[in-house]
Amino acid sequence: MSAIVVKDLRKSYGKVHAVGGIDLTVSEGEVFALLGPNGAGKTTTVEILEGYRHRDGGEVSVLGFDPAKNDRSYRERIGIVLQETGVEPFLTVAEVIDLFRGYYPHPRPVDEVIEIVGLQEKRDTRVKKLSGGQQRRLDVAVGLAGDPDLLFLDEPTTGFDPTARRQAWSMIKNLTELGKTVFLTTHYMDEAQYLAKRAAIIVGGKIVVEGPPSELVQADASTTLIRFIVPPTAPPLPSELDQDGVVTAGVFEIHSAEPARALNLLTNWALENGVDLDGLTVTRPTLEDVYLDITAKAAAEGVTSE
Amino acid sequence: MSDLALTVRQLSFENRSFWRNPAAAFFTFVFPLMFLFIFTSAFGNDTIDIDGRDVKSSTYYVGTIAAFSLITACYTNIAMGVSFARDQGVLKRVKGSPLPSGSYLTGRIGHAILIGILLVIIVTIFGAVFYGVEVPTNTLPGLLVTLVVGSASFAALGLAITSVVPNAEAAPAIVNFSILPLLFLSGVFFPVKSWMETFSSFFPVKPLLDLVANAFNPETTGAGFLWGDLGAVALWGVAGLLLAVRYFSWEPRR
Repeated sequence: MSAIVVKDLRKSYGKVHAVGGIDLTVSEGEVFALLGPNGAGKTTTVEILEGYRHRDGGEVSVLGFDPAKNDRSYRERIGIVLQETGVEPFLTVAEVIDLFRGYYPHPRPVDEVIEIVGLQEKRDTRVKKLSGGQQRRLDVAVGLAGDPDLLFLDEPTTGFDPTARRQAWSMIKNLTELGKTVFLTTHYMDEAQYLAKRAAIIVGGKIVVEGPPSELVQADASTTLIRFIVPPTAPPLPSELDQDGVVTAGVFEIHSAEPARALNLLTNWALENGVDLDGLTVTRPTLEDVYLDITAKAAAEGVTSE
Repeated sequence: MSDLALTVRQLSFENRSFWRNPAAAFFTFVFPLMFLFIFTSAFGNDTIDIDGRDVKSSTYYVGTIAAFSLITACYTNIAMGVSFARDQGVLKRVKGSPLPSGSYLTGRIGHAILIGILLVIIVTIFGAVFYGVEVPTNTLPGLLVTLVVGSASFAALGLAITSVVPNAEAAPAIVNFSILPLLFLSGVFFPVKSWMETFSSFFPVKPLLDLVANAFNPETTGAGFLWGDLGAVALWGVAGLLLAVRYFSWEPRR
């Protein structure tokens, strides 16, 4: 079953085509990540799905509803965690969650929600006194209060320290174990790689690539990166490596589509010349490399949105 | 839950939130009393001539400050509170939840009205205890209707003005600019004559002041209904509501 089906979605603001005909399908129970630079149409797309904006064209079906119709029964089944949200600062964590629970027909018990986001110790603390990360977790808690089938998470870990991010990630993983569908937008590629079953990159209002993060990464093998520290006394590198590689501040770097071959050349050279390959690393491309590659190409081709 | 139950629940959370901020609550209540004290001290207990009737200045000020409290609680507080809530994303979050927009706003306005009426009661008691001002009796029905119509109308106008407030930082300046001159020109702080009276009679503050002053005047016979003034206040309220419905924004404007 598909939780979200989008066909040829279009939206313009004046002459700016924020979203220029995109197709998306999100299955029930999966974490789907929408990635893209600022101004690429990410927020516009999400806000159309959430019902905040109206589309100019195309078809949108979320849990069988058309979000543009502003149905109360639709809002009863989704949870929205926006980038910037506020709650009444003088209420406690439990009170805020309880307030929102009251809006939904089948809410989740307050303490269960608090446990999912890991705010047990702050249960009776006023919102004002929470740290930034804790407030963000409360945002997620408010999104979960109504026990939604689908949760929209807009950059849920922006501004988190590394520990808090890991905690948030395991929390989001927990959600999928509860059978929830999660629609995630993020700037952090490691986040998408870790959480998402499928991801799409949107640039200039169009989806450029889509698929499971591991496949997106494999499709772009040319970015396998080999690096090591070149001793000042080292003899010249084999010409093939010398041509394609770059030395910056004493560190040699090469992006290779044939890493086995490049490594073979390199290690033979090192053995023959008695060079220790200090600081040698061989890195598989990450989703971040793929992302940077794609957005850079798009920018070079002049595909910009604003 | 029914929409009405949701509204009442919203109002009660609003109330809880209000009293959790004792500093703000304290000044909400002390502010009008301070004005009452300053103006009655400054102008003594002489009589002033209002529309050909001699009225004790303390009686005059209890009436105008009661009306001022109501306007502050409904117009100013709604306008500022809603502008801030909008900037912080509180309104956008509510809009994305199943809570009907009407229930949210009515809960908020309902709370403002209750605080406004509580302020009027406090000002009245303060005036009776310290300045011997008579508590309205025969005019009580008129006063109650005035308070309900007045508070609702000013709350609606408070919602309407938020549509010209671009962000929370600009809210105090714009909201005060829209109401302070009218408070002066309508006679909240000193009785007005001539062009000021004529000018301000086109706006909603002056009719509200007249209604409250009339109710507090011991000479007034009857139940205290001035239909013309009541109609003027209500008409402004309806205009405010229509503007709010048309131009109200749930998302930060920036």
